[in-house]
Amino acid sequence: MSLRKFFRTVFLVDLLEGLGVTFRYQPTKNVCTEQYPAERPKIAERFRGAPRLNTNPETGETLCIACNLCAVACPEQLIVLASERNEKTRRKELTTFTFDISRCMFCGLCEDACPVDALELTQDFELASYTREGAIWDRQMLEEGPKPTRYKY
Amino acid sequence: MAEPTFLDSTEMVLNMGPQHPSTHGVLRVILKLDGERVRGTDCVIGYLHRGLEKIGENRTYAMYVPYVDRADYVAAVSNGLGFCLAAEKLLGVEAPPRAQAIRVILAELTRISSHLLWLGTHCLDIGATTPLFYTFREREFIMDIFEKYCGARLTTHAFRIGGLQYETYDEFLDECRSFCEWLPPKLEEYDRLLTGNRILIGRMREVGILNAEDCKAYGVTGPMLRAAGVKWDLRRAQPYSGYENYDFEIPTGERGDTYDRYLVRMEEMRQAARIVRQAADSMPDGPIMAKVPKVIKPPAGEVYVSVEAPKGELGYFVVSDGSTQPYRVRIRPPSFVNLQALDRMARGALVADLVAIIGTIDIVLGEVDR
Ligand code: SF4
Ligand code: SF4
Repeated sequence: MSLRKFFRTVFLVDLLEGLGVTFRYQPTKNVCTEQYPAERPKIAERFRGAPRLNTNPETGETLCIACNLCAVACPEQLIVLASERNEKTRRKELTTFTFDISRCMFCGLCEDACPVDALELTQDFELASYTREGAIWDRQMLEEGPKPTRYKY
Repeated sequence: MAEPTFLDSTEMVLNMGPQHPSTHGVLRVILKLDGERVRGTDCVIGYLHRGLEKIGENRTYAMYVPYVDRADYVAAVSNGLGFCLAAEKLLGVEAPPRAQAIRVILAELTRISSHLLWLGTHCLDIGATTPLFYTFREREFIMDIFEKYCGARLTTHAFRIGGLQYETYDEFLDECRSFCEWLPPKLEEYDRLLTGNRILIGRMREVGILNAEDCKAYGVTGPMLRAAGVKWDLRRAQPYSGYENYDFEIPTGERGDTYDRYLVRMEEMRQAARIVRQAADSMPDGPIMAKVPKVIKPPAGEVYVSVEAPKGELGYFVVSDGSTQPYRVRIRPPSFVNLQALDRMARGALVADLVAIIGTIDIVLGEVDR
């Protein structure tokens, strides 16, 4: 054993070097934990979270043209929608739209398939509900978005 | 024959897992013990079986891509890459150069993130609690890049058959570059914390040795094979997605023990950062999607495509019967194959070392069970 190695072994240099790394992170400016829910994370623009059915901001009418493409594209087949033909305009109109988020894997295939950008996955990520039924979203819920409880601190 | 007394040694059978925290998920190992020595192991797997291969038979090709992310969820991008390449080979298309370069960047970032997760949990298993927090902090950067690029952090679904769905966001390349600048000093920090640490060396040196012959006999690939001294890397041996354009080293070890595997993976992270930097610097312009029909209906035939996932050779064997859905999808998961070598490595080891040996294989149970 060389003298240098002997010295390093006796004086625990390897362990102290490691401890040095640990102690360098003691100042609070190095803290990178997020205090959720008091401090909310910054969500990326493209984040695929809660689904939303977009409406025309002026008229409040849904943008969905009931083409059923999203339901066909979904690998889990969890989108179910119904439509009715409007006799006057000869156009299909959406009547119901259900989206079972309990089975959704947020892959984004449905929003890619939508030709009019009516269905969109948004930045909302708080999707918990107390019941299983609560995870099946109807048209109203999809248009308004989830309203999770916001806790105050 | 005299009755056995408490002085005689008897073999004891002990269950480790499936809820044991250091079996990295839901692996159950039936141990045959002679005192503290392991005399034999038996793996019970399947607790996380979701029938991924069967699901593939009744989904269209495009629909199946998000599912493969769930196999090795720690390195979802590599899974998606493997399956997309297999489907592209069936179709006879190739992703455009820009898409390939972005794929390489994401695949290498996922390699770093997978190795970081492995480093944290492996060290946690053998008693070092601190590195876990550091590696997760670094991993967070990669997760953020993924989130901004494709909208998901873990099960990314970043690739589509024929290219990519998403164009890069504005700061994508800068963020990748700055991450590559930022990572090596952090790895040095881990070096100071761990590499020379006598406790860590004591726990890792000469533990779980698997030599090159055994590796080949078991079909072990990835860092475990390289730690045994075999310079085998699919990115070099059969380049895919433009890996032949990048300059990188293949780190190898000598003894094939746990410590060598640790060193190999540490070096792989540095090399991965190098590849990311090269890909970011030479990013070509152009389209990100090849001409792929709306309804993917490959001609009848079969392909096997394998990629170098963080854990080893990840292969997809896809059989097409000419319809929109695969006739059969077989996944060759690296974790599953590497796990076979557990018995060979664990025989004669101490129970405490078994934890280190399971950790060093770097298994993800989602991939073992599929
Ligand atoms: S995100 Fe994927 S799983 Fe969820 S509804 Fe859309 S297509 Fe279906
Ligand atoms: S794809 Fe879009 S427009 Fe068509 S039914 Fe779905 S949400 Fe409506």
